[in-house]
Amino acid sequence: MSVLVFLDQAEGQIKKNSFEAACYGAKIAELMNTQAKGVVLGSVNTDLAGLGKYGLGQILSADQPELAQFDSVRYCEAIAELAEKEGAQVIVLSNNFNGKAVAPRLSVRLKAGLVTGAVDLPDLKEGFVVKRGVFSGKAFASVSIKTDIKIITLNTNSYPVTDQGPAAQVEKVTVQSGTPSIKIKEVKKVVGEVPLSEANIVVSGGRGLKGPENWNIVTDLAHALGAATACSRPVSDSDWRPHHEHVGQTGLTIAPNLYIAIGISGAIQHLAGVNRSKTIVVINKDPEAPFFKAADYGIVGDAFEVVPKMTEAILKLKQAG
Amino acid sequence: MKILVCISKTPDTTAKIAFKDNNTKFDTSGVQFIINPYDEWYSLVRAIELKEADPSVTIHLIHVGGPDSDPIIRKALALGGDEAFRVNTASEDSYYIASQIAEVARQNNYDLIFTGKETIDYNGSVIGGMLAQLLQLPFVSLTTKFELNGGAAIVTREIEGGEEIDEVTLPAVISSHKGMAEMRIPNIRGIMGARTKPLKVIDPIEVPELTVTESFELPAPKESVKLVPADQPEELVRLLHEEAKVF
Ligand SMILES: Cc1cc2nc3c(=O)[nH]c(=O)nc-3n(C[C@H](O)[C@H](O)[C@H](O)COP(=O)(O)OP(=O)(O)OC[C@H]3O[C@@H](n4cnc5c(N)ncnc54)[C@H](O)[C@@H]3O)c2cc1C
Repeated sequence: MSVLVFLDQAEGQIKKNSFEAACYGAKIAELMNTQAKGVVLGSVNTDLAGLGKYGLGQILSADQPELAQFDSVRYCEAIAELAEKEGAQVIVLSNNFNGKAVAPRLSVRLKAGLVTGAVDLPDLKEGFVVKRGVFSGKAFASVSIKTDIKIITLNTNSYPVTDQGPAAQVEKVTVQSGTPSIKIKEVKKVVGEVPLSEANIVVSGGRGLKGPENWNIVTDLAHALGAATACSRPVSDSDWRPHHEHVGQTGLTIAPNLYIAIGISGAIQHLAGVNRSKTIVVINKDPEAPFFKAADYGIVGDAFEVVPKMTEAILKLKQAG
Repeated sequence: MKILVCISKTPDTTAKIAFKDNNTKFDTSGVQFIINPYDEWYSLVRAIELKEADPSVTIHLIHVGGPDSDPIIRKALALGGDEAFRVNTASEDSYYIASQIAEVARQNNYDLIFTGKETIDYNGSVIGGMLAQLLQLPFVSLTTKFELNGGAAIVTREIEGGEEIDEVTLPAVISSHKGMAEMRIPNIRGIMGARTKPLKVIDPIEVPELTVTESFELPAPKESVKLVPADQPEELVRLLHEEAKVF
């Protein structure tokens, strides 16, 4: 009996959303009167016992070189083997790129019902009911998992991270690693930038910025805030910005703590990708822009005047503080 | 080479989202249905491009749903599929749906199976991975580029803050994301041709549902926006810092 949390790593670093998954898994374990255990595949540069602070009682570490890089078949087999050995009732993963690749496999492998994109703790009053986002953030569904083993992938920024727990017990384990299903030829990272999918703050620009040559007002504000940058679809379609920055119904869905939309009208397809953000700020010169209806704060004004002054005020505040 | 493209039906991106029957069902009244954009713009068009480069390629489409889905299947055929299967059943459980598709795939030995990254209604991002496991095939999720290379494919997939280039041997399952191909619209010849292309209706196999969708809800309405005058950007920064406490 236990709740197993998959702690995703890349290049030896455990990803930030795994800490959120750990806290979420720990809380589920508490509700079910059992223990939460973390699974780490491959070697990491993190103090494993220290991961106990997120509420994990034990860390199962399969420090095998062939698990250093993600492979959905190998990772599925490894997690399934540990889940079977531990008699896991619940398996929690992040709803990130790797989570999306491995969780469906795991569901079939273990014949375990899967809910992806959970936004809240399961309701255990009658069965096991998980709330998830549907219709691109425009609604929620409550989904009941009917199988003995339950698998959940947690949406980013859906559960608070606390780090007060005692050290975890670390157990070295060895899993059957099977044969690789793909060959990774190259990994290209955009260096020096905050990855959009993990960012706490996102500054986003739309067609209102008129052209790529004006993007410095967006990137300056992003640098001042330590934020990632994003854009609306026509902006990436016109190659003003790279495709991976496109957010919305047909791009990336994000849920940062702060989303600042500059010169974006707020079309329904754009909102679908960002409406789970905790705080939304809109800078638009048109008071009728639909985005203001979805915003928490806003300025009706010319972005070229307003945004540089915001950047200046933030830098001043950061210097003072 | 034989390609299977999975086609899902979703409400139009501007559809009003409302629920009925005590919030247990999506209210489809007045809703226009479309082919899930990820399936249409990225998967199907990429498959068509592969066929244009090599006319020996066959493209099959598969959809799990009732007869009301036939118009969107015909539209997909108009864009370029050779023939289509519709498994005549419906479910909100991904395992059930994936098992139906896997059954058809098993009988036809595809070299390549495309799904969209996710559907824009249930946003599950699950069918591709489940299919891969059911069929014991490699799977690449959120693929933004796909090129054939002999009996293998070179694919680019998104990862946190960058991308990964993988080589995968076929047969394989690929979930398509933006970048795979450019959106197209069907031409008259395609639309005419689609009417006579085979659309085979098949009965579902018996599979358990692992999950049941109990109810839906809409998010609480947002409080109205707090506007700050355009000549006081410092005030907005102060509010974000002291009131919203977001940085
Ligand atoms: C099926 C489908 C899927 C789609 N998916 C997506 C998606 O995933 N993501 C997405 O973003 N879009 C998507 N779209 C497109 C969407 O409908 C909108 O067309 C798009 O979001 C508009 O982008 P925009 O806000 O940058 O441009 P516009 O709508 O042109 O808005 C520009 C805004 O900038 C403001 N502005 C102009 N000058 C200034 C200035 N000097 N200072 C301040 N403000 C200024 C204007 O008032 C205006 O509100 C999709 C559309 C369809 C049909």
